[in-house]
Amino acid sequence: MESIVVNGISKWYGKEKLVALKNVSFTVNHGEIFGIIGPDGAGKTSLFRILTTLLLADEGSATVEGKDVVKQYKQIRNEIGYMPGRFSLYQDLTVKENLTFFATIFNTTIKENYHLIKDIYVQLEPFNDRRAGKLSGGMKQKLALCCALIHKPTVLFLDEPTTGVDPVSRKEFWEMLGKLKEQGITILVSTPYMDEASKCDRIALIQNGSILATDTPNAIRQSFDLMLYKAKSHNTALLLKDIRHYSKNLYAYAFGEHVHITFKAGEIDIEELKMNLIERKHHDIILEPDDATIEDCFIQMLRA
Amino acid sequence: MTIWMRCFTGLQEVQKEQSDKLQDMKQFLAFIKKEFVHVIRDRRTLLILFGMPIMQILIFGFALSNEIKNSKIIIVDKADDVASRELISKIDASKYFEVSNERISESEIEPAFQKGKLKIVMVIPAQFNLDLHHSGVSQIQLIADASDPNTANLLVNYVSAIVKDYQSEISVPGIIPYRILPETRMLYNPQLKSAHNFVPGVMALVLMLVCVMMTAITIVREKETGTMEVLLVSPLRPWLVMVAKAVPYLVLSWVNVTTILILSVTVLNLPFNGSLLLLFAESTLFIITCLTLGIFISIMTNSQQVAMLISLMGMLLPTLLFSGFMFPLENMPEVLQWISNIIPARWYYVIVKDIMIKGLGFASLYKETLALVVITLFFFIISIKTFKQRLA
Repeated sequence: MESIVVNGISKWYGKEKLVALKNVSFTVNHGEIFGIIGPDGAGKTSLFRILTTLLLADEGSATVEGKDVVKQYKQIRNEIGYMPGRFSLYQDLTVKENLTFFATIFNTTIKENYHLIKDIYVQLEPFNDRRAGKLSGGMKQKLALCCALIHKPTVLFLDEPTTGVDPVSRKEFWEMLGKLKEQGITILVSTPYMDEASKCDRIALIQNGSILATDTPNAIRQSFDLMLYKAKSHNTALLLKDIRHYSKNLYAYAFGEHVHITFKAGEIDIEELKMNLIERKHHDIILEPDDATIEDCFIQMLRA
Repeated sequence: MTIWMRCFTGLQEVQKEQSDKLQDMKQFLAFIKKEFVHVIRDRRTLLILFGMPIMQILIFGFALSNEIKNSKIIIVDKADDVASRELISKIDASKYFEVSNERISESEIEPAFQKGKLKIVMVIPAQFNLDLHHSGVSQIQLIADASDPNTANLLVNYVSAIVKDYQSEISVPGIIPYRILPETRMLYNPQLKSAHNFVPGVMALVLMLVCVMMTAITIVREKETGTMEVLLVSPLRPWLVMVAKAVPYLVLSWVNVTTILILSVTVLNLPFNGSLLLLFAESTLFIITCLTLGIFISIMTNSQQVAMLISLMGMLLPTLLFSGFMFPLENMPEVLQWISNIIPARWYYVIVKDIMIKGLGFASLYKETLALVVITLFFFIISIKTFKQRLA
């Protein structure tokens, strides 16, 4: 049932042995969307390159569809689809030319696998004769996805496909991945956006080359065992400072337009905190319990 | 039964192999088509690629030429007799000189030079005709502005040639000939035409620039934009990528060679004595050498700038210095002469010169051809050995 098996992969670069990946292990099942979530520089791209047979790991092993990434790299290259992070297509080729080219080098035609890319391609078809370089960011990503899909891969590797894409296009993009999943394609996708984590079946949180946790997004959220409050006042920046000042037993950080406060149950009296803030001349105070997001979990794991 | 089965599976394998080859071919052609689109859509580069040889030929041919046309010559004719007038009109008739109408005395020669423009003065002594016919020996004096020694030397040679020509014209066979000047015969290039030297040089330079630099850049560009990653993670054979990248530049180079040849024959009036087919065959060999070099550079580098720098510093500069087209190899220290042997353009330069101007055939060029083949094979093998199936 496993599509991708990663077993104790480590990778370091250069003479200084800068660590990119540290003993990374996880498995991805057939037909699931597996997200690698982590900030820039966490080692996501190195991991993708190792799995797509482009880099050799210094330690550990990995298989894709049962094939070893080192010994059977040629077979793997025949059946996977890969969209690198900085992949920018051929800017001087038109939409159609790009797609036709990638179809041909993967021994297929647009017609043959049209059903796979149909949903995405209908949006691109009006721009068939436009050069890829003149497309918007979202359109470019869609075209790149089409190019990676055109040969009906069994496993699809998408390295930060939504970086630099507007929110609407991002949403559409994830809807497409859902449709591809229905076709039975295993998808390994990386993203620095925590809010996209919930769209995956399972996720792995990665930081500094190490996997912090691997589970379903819900399970990870439920594993959050602290109290979480969100707070807001007329001056949120000052609020954050004052809350931090209040006690060493809590941890507060900016979260969008709110401040998130986490603490162990019973260590903080929230009413007392509110009184303290009013004394410090905050008004329009909102202070209420909230559900932990993946980002909160991530922040907590980083502190631990 | 089992034999039949084996036959059947064998047949299937053969068919599979054939369809594999067919697929390879299809991918290869699609790739070449894409490369042509890249080249054609990049108008600015295309203009440079086609314009460069034309510009270079015209610049070297006219502006930078050290050939002399219509130089002003002042003649101090103290004889003013039949022979002197004949000689003067002969000089005036040549396209190299324009005899000035100015009449000056011997003492005015130096001031005339100092005014500039004037490069040469010829003094014909009194009784020029008389001396010539009576004693058979006469003298003329040539005074040239040697601040530009090359030009001065050329002008003196030209005048001497014309005088000698005149001499043999008036000599009557059977009678003791008039005084004979020391013979100066210049093989293949009697008029010291500079175009003879630079056309093969420009050809080597242009091909080097187009093939080495452009090929290296175009492959490295795929690395930079991340498309190389996708190409590697595809069934496409990586070396096919390299070869497909080189094909458009091979075609482009043929066009450039043709342009240069047409220009040099029509505009520069250069002779073409050898076999056109042989020249194209040798040019193709040199183009392949350059393409291999370009591929080699692209394998070693990861950014377009580095690829360009290496192509320019590592290839173009040595081509200029060591091909023998700007600086004669014979005058170089032995070490540098030895180094020049590994510069492909040095051999190609000799090949083009020998075919175009001397009209030699392959028999006398096998050494140079062999040198090119060896260099090509060397870089080809290194490229294959160092080619990476992965990113690092």
